[in-house]
Amino acid sequence: MSMQTIRAKEGVKMAVMEYIDAIRLAMKEEMERDEDVFVLGEDVGLKGGVFTTTKGLQEQFGELRALDAPLAESAIAGVAIGAAMYGMKPIAEMQYSDFMFPATNQIISEAAKIRYRSNNDWNCPLVVRAPIGGGVFGGLYHSQCPESVFFGTPGLKIVAPYTPYDAKGLLKAAVRDPDPVLYFENKKCYKLVVGEVPDTDYTVPIGKANVLREGDDITVISYSLPLHYAMEAAEELAQEGISAHILDLRTLQPLDKEAILEAARRTGKVLIIHEDNKFGGIGGEVSAIIAEEMLYELDAPIMRLCGPDVPAMPINPPGEKFFMLNKEKVKESMRHLALY
Amino acid sequence: MMQSGSVRQLSRHEELGLTDEQAIDMYTKMLMARRFDERGLLLQRAGKINFHVSGIGQEPAQVAAAYALNREIDYFLPYYRDYALVLTVGMTPRELMLSVFAKAEDPNSGGRQMPGHFGSKRLRIVTGSSPVTTQVPHAVGLALAAKMKKKDFVSFVTFGEGSSNQGDFHEGCNFAGVHKLPVIFMCENNQYAISTPVHKQLGGNVYERAIGYGFPGIRVDGNDPLEVYRVVKEARARAAAGEGPTLIEAMMYRISPHSTSDNDLAYRTKEEVDEHRGNDGIPKYKQYLIECGIWDEERDAQLSKELRAMIDDATEYGDKAPYPAPEDILLHVYADDSGEGGR
Repeated sequence: MSMQTIRAKEGVKMAVMEYIDAIRLAMKEEMERDEDVFVLGEDVGLKGGVFTTTKGLQEQFGELRALDAPLAESAIAGVAIGAAMYGMKPIAEMQYSDFMFPATNQIISEAAKIRYRSNNDWNCPLVVRAPIGGGVFGGLYHSQCPESVFFGTPGLKIVAPYTPYDAKGLLKAAVRDPDPVLYFENKKCYKLVVGEVPDTDYTVPIGKANVLREGDDITVISYSLPLHYAMEAAEELAQEGISAHILDLRTLQPLDKEAILEAARRTGKVLIIHEDNKFGGIGGEVSAIIAEEMLYELDAPIMRLCGPDVPAMPINPPGEKFFMLNKEKVKESMRHLALY
Repeated sequence: MMQSGSVRQLSRHEELGLTDEQAIDMYTKMLMARRFDERGLLLQRAGKINFHVSGIGQEPAQVAAAYALNREIDYFLPYYRDYALVLTVGMTPRELMLSVFAKAEDPNSGGRQMPGHFGSKRLRIVTGSSPVTTQVPHAVGLALAAKMKKKDFVSFVTFGEGSSNQGDFHEGCNFAGVHKLPVIFMCENNQYAISTPVHKQLGGNVYERAIGYGFPGIRVDGNDPLEVYRVVKEARARAAAGEGPTLIEAMMYRISPHSTSDNDLAYRTKEEVDEHRGNDGIPKYKQYLIECGIWDEERDAQLSKELRAMIDDATEYGDKAPYPAPEDILLHVYADDSGEGGR
């Protein structure tokens, strides 16, 4: 359901809120709706999370349902998996996605394979929330985008919302999904991205991309924070007579192939943008899908703008700025493609 | 108990609340697992199956533990040597053979996983994998669910002494200790992690680690099923009373090689194995039953005959059962994948 149709509905209240508030609201609503939904993670209870994402949940739902877990990520994931196999709907929070790697075995060897290895006897309705991304002076280990580590693991679903609307709707969809979903929220979006969020109980379907802006000259395919820069750049490029079509992937796995191809066909020129480094990133797969299906319909080589292939970004401001995408870098790449 | 005017001393199993029939059934399950296991080794050597991993020498503790739990409601998270455990919980030799032959009807995985990777929602045997110890936090998660939903079940998880070194063991135990969860951790210390002997595996004792997690740790002779029964029964009572977890270290010896891919005489001597074979808990337990006057050689011969027929039947059933269709590998990646794999 698009924002427009929601708005047209009578009686639906739209609140303008920050991305982080939409995430919190989704958890609160799901916990009110279903007593099997609970959150566990480091500092998620009394403190309400290091970013305040879970603020108020312990007050409303008690210590067990907003559970301060011991500092051990593999147990946070593993305990959540055990509870999920019983039929609970855990939301396991990784404080930073950089600290998710100790839980990788539980996520890849266990959660992703439980349905498959048991021949559909067991399943694992788990959500793992993890803040991704840099630009917050977090240094190497509070800034990473780990999605390419998990991408390509059949059995997992991966979502990465950009708008507050999607942040709420995708988290609600993830909680209700019968399979494990990794929910990558962008920590720089928490306060930066503000948008309208209905007070209704809606979900955003997992596996569906969304056109953020219609255009005819170039197609930008991206997800998460870089869309913020792409939308700003598109606005300015319009003044130069360049019309950009922007697709928000929203779900990284499974990728919405139809939407990707449709967006690419719209202009015949494709720029893929993500903050995760280029080599082995999601852009490579998006690019391959387009090349496999419609290479001869393209008017320019597929281009990618991504984080550099270094282990992670540094804390020093010039170095971090060099690593990070911004409106200028995105605009330059978009213009370059338009003029190709 | 009064009998013809004289006081008869209760036997050990009676003192533990086990009837004669139950004591005999425990023996039956141990022997069933042993015969199944021996057949698995034989089938592999004959080239009928590709792989078998054995639990020979560990059956008494496994059967006793299952017997001490509530097989109607409890959750079981076994590791790959726990044939006797799953047979006691309710899996049948036919079902195990379907797994050994990797056939479509295998309830554990539909012929997808190696033998010894158990799973059955019907029996509350939680699906397991090969990276060791991942099941420990799962057991804690199930116990957390019991606490949250105010249910009476406990979760029971096993693993080897090698596995006790994984982070998941420590993380799981600590989590359970913090929240006083109804979970029982049982280490089947069989002295070897493939080739690595226990003195190169452990700097101390597994059961003593429990002190650091804030709950009791108990070492028990795994070759003495009645003692294992007593200890697990007490652990279950503690869990049910809201007193939290227990760590049990059952001492035993892995009589078989690690698996059919392992030549154990490369790292241990035949003399050592033979010595431990002499401590095998099954013949000892049989002797105990005979001394109690509730078992004899004639009944034993009859049981052996019955078990042989049962394993023969299971083997034939597993052997003749169809494989899954090749394209079935595309099924069940997600709930809604409709046979397209991960797309």
